[in-house]
Amino acid sequence: MLRVHSLQSLGTVDGPGVRFVVFLQGCHLRCKCCHNPDTWDRDTGKEITPDELFKKAKRYKEYFGTDGGITLSGGEPLLQAKEAYKLLMLCKQDSINTCIDTSGAVMNADVRKVLSVTDRVLLDIKYTNDYDYRRNVGCSINPVIDFLDYLDSNSIPTTLRQVIIPGLNNDKENIKKLKTIRDSHKCVDSVELLPFRKICETKYQELKIIFPLSDTPEPTVEEINNLYKLL
Amino acid sequence: MIHENWNGFNSGAWQNEINVRDFIQTNYKEYCGDDSFLSGATERTDKIMSKVRELFRQERAKGGVLDIDTETVSSLTSYAPGYIDKENEIIVGMQTDSPLKRGVNPFGGIRMARQACAAYGYKLSDKVEQEFMFRTTHNDGVFRAYTDEMRSARHSHVITGLPDAYGRGRIIGDYRRVALYGVNHLINAKKADKKAMANGNFNAETTRQTEELFQQITFLGFMKEMAAMYGYDISEPAKNAREAIQWTYFAYLASIKEQNGAAMSLGRVSTFFDIYIERDIANGVLTEKEAQELMDDFVIKLRIARHLRTQEYNELFGGDPMWITEAVGGMGEDGRSLVTKNSFRLLNTLYTLGSSPEPNITILWSSSLPEGFNRFCAKVSVDTDSIQYENDDVMRPIYGDDYAIACCVSAMKIGKQMQFFGARCNLAKLLLIALNGGYDTSSDIHIGPQMSVIEGTTLDFDTVMKRFDKYIEWLMHLYVNTMNVIHYMHDKYAYEKTQMALHDTDVERFMAFGIAGLSVVADSLSAIKYAKVRPIRNTNGYIEGFETTGDFPKYGNDDDRVDFIARDMTHKVITELRKTPTYRNAIHTLSVLTITSNVMYGKNTAATPDGRGDGEPFAPGANPMHNREENGALASLNSVAKISYDDCRDGVSNTFSITPDTLGHTDEERYSNLVSILDGYFAKKAHHINVNVMNRETLIKAYENPEDYPNLTIRVSGYAVNFNKLSREQQREVISRTFHEAI
Repeated sequence: MLRVHSLQSLGTVDGPGVRFVVFLQGCHLRCKCCHNPDTWDRDTGKEITPDELFKKAKRYKEYFGTDGGITLSGGEPLLQAKEAYKLLMLCKQDSINTCIDTSGAVMNADVRKVLSVTDRVLLDIKYTNDYDYRRNVGCSINPVIDFLDYLDSNSIPTTLRQVIIPGLNNDKENIKKLKTIRDSHKCVDSVELLPFRKICETKYQELKIIFPLSDTPEPTVEEINNLYKLL
Repeated sequence: MIHENWNGFNSGAWQNEINVRDFIQTNYKEYCGDDSFLSGATERTDKIMSKVRELFRQERAKGGVLDIDTETVSSLTSYAPGYIDKENEIIVGMQTDSPLKRGVNPFGGIRMARQACAAYGYKLSDKVEQEFMFRTTHNDGVFRAYTDEMRSARHSHVITGLPDAYGRGRIIGDYRRVALYGVNHLINAKKADKKAMANGNFNAETTRQTEELFQQITFLGFMKEMAAMYGYDISEPAKNAREAIQWTYFAYLASIKEQNGAAMSLGRVSTFFDIYIERDIANGVLTEKEAQELMDDFVIKLRIARHLRTQEYNELFGGDPMWITEAVGGMGEDGRSLVTKNSFRLLNTLYTLGSSPEPNITILWSSSLPEGFNRFCAKVSVDTDSIQYENDDVMRPIYGDDYAIACCVSAMKIGKQMQFFGARCNLAKLLLIALNGGYDTSSDIHIGPQMSVIEGTTLDFDTVMKRFDKYIEWLMHLYVNTMNVIHYMHDKYAYEKTQMALHDTDVERFMAFGIAGLSVVADSLSAIKYAKVRPIRNTNGYIEGFETTGDFPKYGNDDDRVDFIARDMTHKVITELRKTPTYRNAIHTLSVLTITSNVMYGKNTAATPDGRGDGEPFAPGANPMHNREENGALASLNSVAKISYDDCRDGVSNTFSITPDTLGHTDEERYSNLVSILDGYFAKKAHHINVNVMNRETLIKAYENPEDYPNLTIRVSGYAVNFNKLSREQQREVISRTFHEAI
């Protein structure tokens, strides 16, 4: 059984092409910028079997074209690696392209199995130094870099993604480091800088959790474009 | 037959018989490239277009109608020639003697013409009033024959929008025939058909057809006279691209001067024109820039076409539409696509002249179409929200490769098939009438089989279905009979002489029925089946509302439990319709299409078990109800795709709005994602989709400050409208629709 937060039949921003996105429930990190706080709790969500989810995904196969497919996101999908593997295996057998959207902060035998049936990893690298990680994510950066090294040694195509948060990581220094990380890992073929957004604020209110970045401004399109130029 | 104006064309069967398809197939040049060859607007075009924009501004300022000629009855030769800018126009011809001035057409009904004039502060002249005092109109004829029950059905709005007081439209003349053969040849062919009838038996049908042929021949003569007033002799075939476009336009113009049908569609002319354009370019007498200019001038003419309508009519068909539908693309039976450079030029008019609801550009989509074309279409959708898509892969096996679309979604072989338009019945209201045992609370009318109000504190699905089936049987019988009356009278008093002259003499007819409120009915029945629905009764014992507790599957989430209720409903309706014979042995067809009448239908329908409140709008066409979709856009598309085209041969309309950010990060991504979505949807055998790529905020701004958005175009239900031309109520409904958005 997989614990599912929600399903999005049309995903176009979580991996290439048109994708069926499964948002899995549960995350062990508490990123300050998280826009899905409703996916944190590891005990809620709807339980659905991998087989059932595969059948749902298959209903959209005609829309996937040459690039699209399924994306497991969350929450942290790799917390449910054992069952996620079953789902992705079924997809692979049916020639459906597979993607996972992960923090990269989990690694074990089951995760390695998942990665063996993953066509692309969207690695959400939150910051580029250990200090920021410990302060704003709640874990060290080391397992994330190890994760990326593993992807590299297994040649799994990877997109590095980073949410740009004014005052936290919108400095040139950070982007330069990101560039270094990218350049030192051949598996990384693209980098996405995503503007920090506050539309999630209502979710925090509903859950009665304080949104730690409620006073942080959203970056402008121009600012993001300028940062891209540094890559 | 050999004609010097055909020099350079490949020979074929088209020379020995009237066969435009064969001419196209033996002569067209498929284009598989991209849009990079296209030219922009010329200075001349810009100049004319700025005049037209100013006229549009004045028209808006005057409440939607610039001027009315109340003295003249619209016909082919009743007005002096009109121009926008006589010296600079390349394609000429106007409905009246001045641009945007509307003519009156009382043949459908004098009352409607009178009301329409009054609505805009004009008075129909005594001259016209007197002329029609001794004339039977289509409307007169219909009401002479209507039974009490037909009147009640109309009055209670369980059947609405029927063409009993205006031209039925939905007929597409093969306007290309005039360009390819010249009018003289067409007259001779019709004369030969008429002569051949002398050998058969004369009965009601053949006598009527003989008279119709007489009328067709007469009006072909009028068409020549009309062209002569503009200085053209269209007796002979067109000799170059400009003439081909001009001749074709004259044929279309003659039709809209004669008829004010609800939808006056154009057909499939762009690839036909391409053959002439290619010949001229090869002969060195036309450049790419000039070819675009010809198409631009032609499209400008289409954009200023107008009919005079009443307010009541505008409630049903909002936005002053003409449905000058032009089908583009599609595959040929030999495996080549019908995409030509001129398919691109037509789409390019949305850039050279700006976005616009007319002509109603309809892409006949196939996954086998050239990639460059599919991508350009997606780009045009993202940029202009002005085009719609229909599934060539489901229509081509039925209609061949020379069909076109009338109105929004009605396919027919050009020049070989026509349809009797039949608006739609209100299925949601019918469900309520059934529950109340033959009483409509909204209109206070007793109608249909009379029985007691359904009993029980909660509604039982099987009992409800059994009863609903009975009322469907009753209404479909009445619906066919009502249509038979209408179309008998339309043929008798307002026969489409020009358009039918551009059809084969032996034509196949469809009778196109329709349903409104499909998603309301599906969700209501699902609520009764899967949740608990308690009817709320008034003091007289009639059900006035419902209290629904518990969750139930909702149409639009790719959930078979409810989607199959919708699918089975359309099957039931068409099966019942087929049981009653039609006028002129027309083939029964069914559509799930509402135009903008979903607002009006909702207004006249009390609360329904799905939770929809009294008077609230329905979803348009086959759309799921607003904001009930929980699994995103593709789940919604999958639900609609389950409605079978075999049951709904007159089309299944779906309007889809998505925010740009949901479609992808960059424009390039958006184009390719849209292509994937269309490929997927149509691979599921879906029939139609309108695509809007926009943010709700844009519409809200346009609602609040209309003057800032004079040209905002949006697809609504099988057609596009200028947002500002919708009523406030219709605008609010469009704003409330689901915008698929990723969070």
